[in-house]
Amino acid sequence: MDAIILQILNGLDKGSAYALIALGLTLIFGTLGVVNFAHGALFMIGSFCAVTVQRILSVSFKTVDPSKTDFLGNPSTYDTPYVVHWFGPEFGAGIIDWSVPLAILFAIPIMIAIGFIMERGLIKHFYKRPHADQILVTFGLAIVLQEVIKYYYGANPIQTGAPEVFRGSFDFGVLLGFDPNVIIYPYWRLVYFAFAAVIISAVFAFLQFTTFGMVVRAGMADRETVGLLGINIDKRFTIMFGLAAAVAGLAGVMYAPINAPNYHMGMDFLVLSFVVVVVGGMGSLPGAVLAGFLLGILESFASMTQVIDLIPGINQIIIYVVAIIVLLTRPRGLMGRKGVMEE
Amino acid sequence: MFGLEKKDATLLLIVAVLTMCAPFILNPFPSDSGLAQFNAGYPDLMQRFVIFGIFAIGFNILFGLTGYLSFGHAAFLGVGSYSAVWMFKLLSMNVIPAILLSVIVAGAFALIIGFVSLRRSGIYFSILTLAFAQMSFALAYSVLTPITNGETGLQLSLNDPRILGTSISADGGIPVTQLFGIEMRSTYAMDVGPWLFQFNAGYYLCAILLLLAFYLSIRIFRSPFGLMLRAVKSNQQRMNYTGLNARPYTLAAFVISGMYAGLAGGLLASMDPLAGAERMQWTASGEVVLMTILGGAGTLIGPVLGAGFIKYFENIFSKINDNVLHQWFAFMPDGLEDFMVTIVHPFVGKGWSLTLGLMFMAVVIFLPGGLVEGGQKIGKLFRRKKAAEDTSPAAKTPAE
Repeated sequence: MDAIILQILNGLDKGSAYALIALGLTLIFGTLGVVNFAHGALFMIGSFCAVTVQRILSVSFKTVDPSKTDFLGNPSTYDTPYVVHWFGPEFGAGIIDWSVPLAILFAIPIMIAIGFIMERGLIKHFYKRPHADQILVTFGLAIVLQEVIKYYYGANPIQTGAPEVFRGSFDFGVLLGFDPNVIIYPYWRLVYFAFAAVIISAVFAFLQFTTFGMVVRAGMADRETVGLLGINIDKRFTIMFGLAAAVAGLAGVMYAPINAPNYHMGMDFLVLSFVVVVVGGMGSLPGAVLAGFLLGILESFASMTQVIDLIPGINQIIIYVVAIIVLLTRPRGLMGRKGVMEE
Repeated sequence: MFGLEKKDATLLLIVAVLTMCAPFILNPFPSDSGLAQFNAGYPDLMQRFVIFGIFAIGFNILFGLTGYLSFGHAAFLGVGSYSAVWMFKLLSMNVIPAILLSVIVAGAFALIIGFVSLRRSGIYFSILTLAFAQMSFALAYSVLTPITNGETGLQLSLNDPRILGTSISADGGIPVTQLFGIEMRSTYAMDVGPWLFQFNAGYYLCAILLLLAFYLSIRIFRSPFGLMLRAVKSNQQRMNYTGLNARPYTLAAFVISGMYAGLAGGLLASMDPLAGAERMQWTASGEVVLMTILGGAGTLIGPVLGAGFIKYFENIFSKINDNVLHQWFAFMPDGLEDFMVTIVHPFVGKGWSLTLGLMFMAVVIFLPGGLVEGGQKIGKLFRRKKAAEDTSPAAKTPAE
């Protein structure tokens, strides 16, 4: 029992990341009808936003410390981050410590801007082209973004720590009446899950309860008619693209402490997220979220030692096996709509 | 000639001449000049040209004709490599059984994957093939280690049985791959003045197989079977309504292209007898997609061009470093020279993938027909002729 709860918890954080990326992918697909292979790259850029903010905040100046000398007799120097210098040691260090959550503020405008530029500059020209062309051009874009990041940040993963407060682990078992130290779970992963839940509900609420969201949903159902009613649907879809990019970026920012950002993480996640989208059903937002969590949890179940002993290697392939089974038995995915991508 | 139309026969002849004379053509610069680094006439690279050419031709039979975009084609290449190396380990160092086995195994593998994947079309098909390839990759890395030797990759060793050959060669090393006594790595070097031309046995084996593969692909393109595949691409629904079941045709195309990939994998292993799981990774599948699109999907010569283009620039661009750049821009004033080097730097050397990505995007955006379409456009510009009717429809239809 405790092992099952632990695996469900373990699956939540990865599942949250899948769900967030898949949600963005589905938003783009549902509104613009574009299969965006560069979405994983957006997730990766989000992660590197966290790295960048941490670096900017840690920019330091050198001060000479006359009381100490190094072995050559020169006075040694020590670094003081400007932030610490300006805001005092306590508050300044606190800011640096909290750089990952702070990066959210930094990432939102950047990701929305990237989304706008991508849509207006590139993807706009591909609406009338076949799906394969859209896949190919965004695939090329993903390579380019990935290489640019690699050029500036190097090929090695960059450790980016969570705030001090969240570094420990939380003894979940005690809460449920198990022995202590049976079900322990890092705080940050809880934060990540909560964050993902907030973002997902915010997106759904936005689509469900605002006029803007209503128009977008109407546009998803029948773009032409909405256009004929005199609504500039293209503009709204562009905004939705920016929003989807921001969702992927935020997912990346908060994921930085869980998985040290590296330039190819986007592609790794993209492949899985596409599987998630397809399992959930192309064009279905609830399906994407559901499938994201489902596959994340299944993946962590499959990495239990008991399961691996039973079926060796299952932890590596479980997602693909599920995808194949779902696609062959329920061709539209778990919650797919009729008539989407069925030509 | 060989049952080909005149135009196709000419094309085949051109390709034949080009591949046979490649050691000359690819070595235009004297080996002591500064431009020698742009020479591509060394055996290793030439082998890659033709092997990946075969791979891309096979991929094009599936993607170019039927429009099914497979994102897992590298799996067949990997399977081919593994089976070839096993043949070297168990049977003999002759490449013929190894290549035959790799084609057969890859074909069988493609039959299974294709049978399942082809139940769906469009992006679902792409995801299914991707899923299968990633599964094979993950399994090759972990559970199948007894067969694939996991991360290290499958290699020959001194205590392999090799029933029809020797386990250990006369000088105590691992025997090398050969074709009835002709060693694959044997190279005849010809010095002509400052030029050095290398004729490699392995390359010529690959080149002959490339020609065969190319000939076969022309025959498929021009056959009723190829026409049927094009019909699948243009409107599968209508085909179904006319009472035709398209599945056997697409499956046949899938298996054929899988066998091509297996042949390429077997040849890779024959030239250098080792096989690793990374050959099956989805980035490798992405590469063959890039090659085919870059050259021109659905055209006969496009994939070969694309493969050669990518492999050439991959090797040459990645060799350019800052010193070379400084030499190039040496004629400029110092400040400008440094500025130019800084600008060009991200695109060469390790940044070659960036150039590839940009180039690929440009091709997809502006030239959906790939380099072949680019060539045709330039040709049209010179001829100033209304060429809209006489270009073949296959060459004009972009990938779907």
